[in-house]
Amino acid sequence: MSAVISQTIAASPRQRQSPGLWTLAWRRLKRDKVGMVSLVVVAFFLALMIASYLGIVAGNWSKEVGVSYAHPAFMAGEENFEAAQMGLSSSAADVPYADLSSVDPLAPRYREWEERTAKIMVTEAPRAETLLLGGDKWGRDVLQKAVKGAETSIFVGLTAALLATIFGTVLGGLSGYMGGRVGDVLEWFYNVFTSIPYILLILSFAAVLRQGLDTIIFILACTGWTGIYRLVRAEYIKHASREYVKAAQAIGATHQRRMFVHILPNVSHVSLVQLSQHVVQFIKAEVILSFLGLGVPVDAVSWGTMLAEAQTELVIGKWWQLAAAGVSMAILVTAFSMLTDSLRDALDPKMK
Amino acid sequence: MMSDMEQPLLRVSNLGVNFRLEGGAVFEAVKGISFEVPKNATVALVGESGSGKSVSAMAVMRLLPKESAIVAPASEIFFEGSNLLKLSDEGIRAIRGKDISVIFQEPMSSLNPVFTVGDQIAEILCLHMGMSRAQAWRRAEELMYEVGIPDPRLRIKSFPHELSGGQQQRVMIAIAIACNPKLLIADEPTTALDVTIQKQILDLLAGLQERHRMSVLFITHDLAVVGEIAEHVVVMQEGEIKEQGTARQIFEAPRHAYTQALLSCRPNVNERPMRLAVIEDFLGAEGAVPIKLEQRRRGYRDDDEIVLEVRNLSKHFRLKDGIFKSRDIPAVKDASFKLARGKTLGLVGESGSGKTTVGLTLMRLHASSGGEVLFDGVDLLKLSEQDFMKYKRRIQIVFQNPYASLNPRFTVGQILIEPMTIHKLAASNQEAVDLAMALLGRVGLPEEAFYKYPHEFSGGQRQRIAIARCLTMKPDVLICDESVSALDVSVQAQVLNLLQDLQDEYRMSYIFISHDLAVVKYISDQVMVMSDGDVIEVANSDDIYLNPQQEYTRKLLGSIPRGWQNQAPG
Repeated sequence: MSAVISQTIAASPRQRQSPGLWTLAWRRLKRDKVGMVSLVVVAFFLALMIASYLGIVAGNWSKEVGVSYAHPAFMAGEENFEAAQMGLSSSAADVPYADLSSVDPLAPRYREWEERTAKIMVTEAPRAETLLLGGDKWGRDVLQKAVKGAETSIFVGLTAALLATIFGTVLGGLSGYMGGRVGDVLEWFYNVFTSIPYILLILSFAAVLRQGLDTIIFILACTGWTGIYRLVRAEYIKHASREYVKAAQAIGATHQRRMFVHILPNVSHVSLVQLSQHVVQFIKAEVILSFLGLGVPVDAVSWGTMLAEAQTELVIGKWWQLAAAGVSMAILVTAFSMLTDSLRDALDPKMK
Repeated sequence: MMSDMEQPLLRVSNLGVNFRLEGGAVFEAVKGISFEVPKNATVALVGESGSGKSVSAMAVMRLLPKESAIVAPASEIFFEGSNLLKLSDEGIRAIRGKDISVIFQEPMSSLNPVFTVGDQIAEILCLHMGMSRAQAWRRAEELMYEVGIPDPRLRIKSFPHELSGGQQQRVMIAIAIACNPKLLIADEPTTALDVTIQKQILDLLAGLQERHRMSVLFITHDLAVVGEIAEHVVVMQEGEIKEQGTARQIFEAPRHAYTQALLSCRPNVNERPMRLAVIEDFLGAEGAVPIKLEQRRRGYRDDDEIVLEVRNLSKHFRLKDGIFKSRDIPAVKDASFKLARGKTLGLVGESGSGKTTVGLTLMRLHASSGGEVLFDGVDLLKLSEQDFMKYKRRIQIVFQNPYASLNPRFTVGQILIEPMTIHKLAASNQEAVDLAMALLGRVGLPEEAFYKYPHEFSGGQRQRIAIARCLTMKPDVLICDESVSALDVSVQAQVLNLLQDLQDEYRMSYIFISHDLAVVKYISDQVMVMSDGDVIEVANSDDIYLNPQQEYTRKLLGSIPRGWQNQAPG
């Protein structure tokens, strides 16, 4: 075949790039009011998470700034029995010392030391009577705890969902595209994971591994990839028999190229929606794990630990920690779920 | 014009249909058309994709999607005196299936896969004729016998997927005629069927029309089919009626340039001009009819260089039949042929004959079960994957479905540059882009196409992109696997002309696979007829059409719809 085709185009052609899938999806999302509101709410929470991580807000969440069970600002006038109790018991009580000279050699010196220490001024920062959203048992600011808890929960949710999606997509792609032996082995693997009840699987992992943030992320990613795997595998099976893949084979594309360069862009919208859905799922899962005491370590705070503390608090009528954790979690989860729905509508492949 | 003494059965007056698009735009699909369907007659509604013929027919039945379709208020559709557009939902439901019924193009998608065919025929009988289930089943059996399904007593309990395409279409026809409708709308009922089955279905419809004295509105893009069955013809283009009249008028004395163009675009079995006429030739400034071009002589000559030789190619598929057994399906039994440089070999056969499998096996898209493919002295089937990569770019394929063979997420530019990247054919990115642009121009697409996505193009344009993709690798052999079958007649002519130009310029050899005998005769030098995996006959194309040796070939040639010539005197 003679090489006639070697004319060069003089001027560079006009860059009239047609809108691709994501551009069109973004335009459709912008028209969806509910979707945009959810997006703003989620973006706000993400910004909060980053700010909290950098220490800009909620840096001092563990400081005991309020009295015990400090009331929220809008309940300033009410009496705080518990704080009064603590105050009474913490101040020096005038209880006469029992004479222990016979057994304790230092006993005669106690009175002298007492008088000495009373002379030393201990500047203890006055504990606030009321905090913005109230305080917990130790007087820690509930608002700051909620923000810090948001950071923990969202971070865990996002990272675990990302890992699960990557894992599920890669395995699903391999299984759906290759079929045969490879597919059978992966299916067996999938069956093992889904045949064990989800909660038991998580609990058994948690019991064996050291407590910590990375452990939770690992556990959630390892148990949550199955849903994504199933969906992505189905998509790959559907696409692998399509003509454009055969055409790619005809021009000489390797298996990897066909799987990740050709088919993956046609399937990525499924993965994205699944990612969004799993973030919500994992935030909830993390809260549950922390509530049960298997989640974050003792020195960290999460919405789950707040809810766990709220159990005992509710009995004595202190509801603000439960409210703070509950409401912030409800807002985020609802917003994320609605964003997932809007994303799915915006990415509707029926357009193609 | 059709001025009958009696009222026409269906009178469409000033019908306009617009579609609401995303973002507020409006698309005018039908722009105020008027036509009539007289009683006891067949009217053909002819036009290409996008002409608005299906939309008009669906508007009659009020089957257009409510969310997006807007019927213009000035439209009127009178059926036996009453305006269908003004009827209530119950009113139109009473008419649908009983007085007017429809047959669609794809029988597999139109039949419900989870119900038996008997159930589906009985459903319409119970609904409109008020029969009991037992009565309906008996009548269903009679109907199945009438439409020509063998063994109706057994078949009535089958599911749609257990029947062949032709039988499914017969079931659809049975459902349509069950309540003795006065008007039958057939929306491209034979487009998806083989030539021989098409002939049977057309005969069946003609017979039913006579026996039941019903009118048929036959929608199609194939004028040859129209010539055989229609008494009146309405020609549509881009939402308007260009010409309407009796079949004799249209075929013997077409007045509008578009009709003349449609009539000439189709390859005629009797002649073979150097170039096929296309619509643009007729719709030029003067509307002049193009001069008669000289005939092209085709055929293998003795001194032709053989570029590809296939010996005893076979392909068997193993299908699982239960847990331990497996069935052996011989798709190709023993195929041998030669391909000369710069010439075209046509592969003809019906669905299931194995012609597509031969093409795919040649390219090693299927693993072969035996035989040799000699190219440049090397047996391609025996090479390893790596060694075959060198040869891969020299044999390329253009697939049938233009809507499926391009990756929807790639821009045209990416589609064209990819083969050059894989085979390292361009020294730099800029060179690759330049080459791609040049090829786009060669296949008749504008430069801007480089940045667009496949869904923005029509079927014919997508096939050109697919051809351009193959050209980037400068192949010696191009396999066209039913590449023009899914295209309209005039677009088909354009693509065939393009293929011929490319062959003349680059001396490429083609293997042209198709079930359309007229097209194959036009473009092929040698023709190979296949049936059920066997090669029936191989001969030069003129010889095979004038003097078919085998019975099967004769039967195949006899099924070509002959169009109007059949009825012309003398």
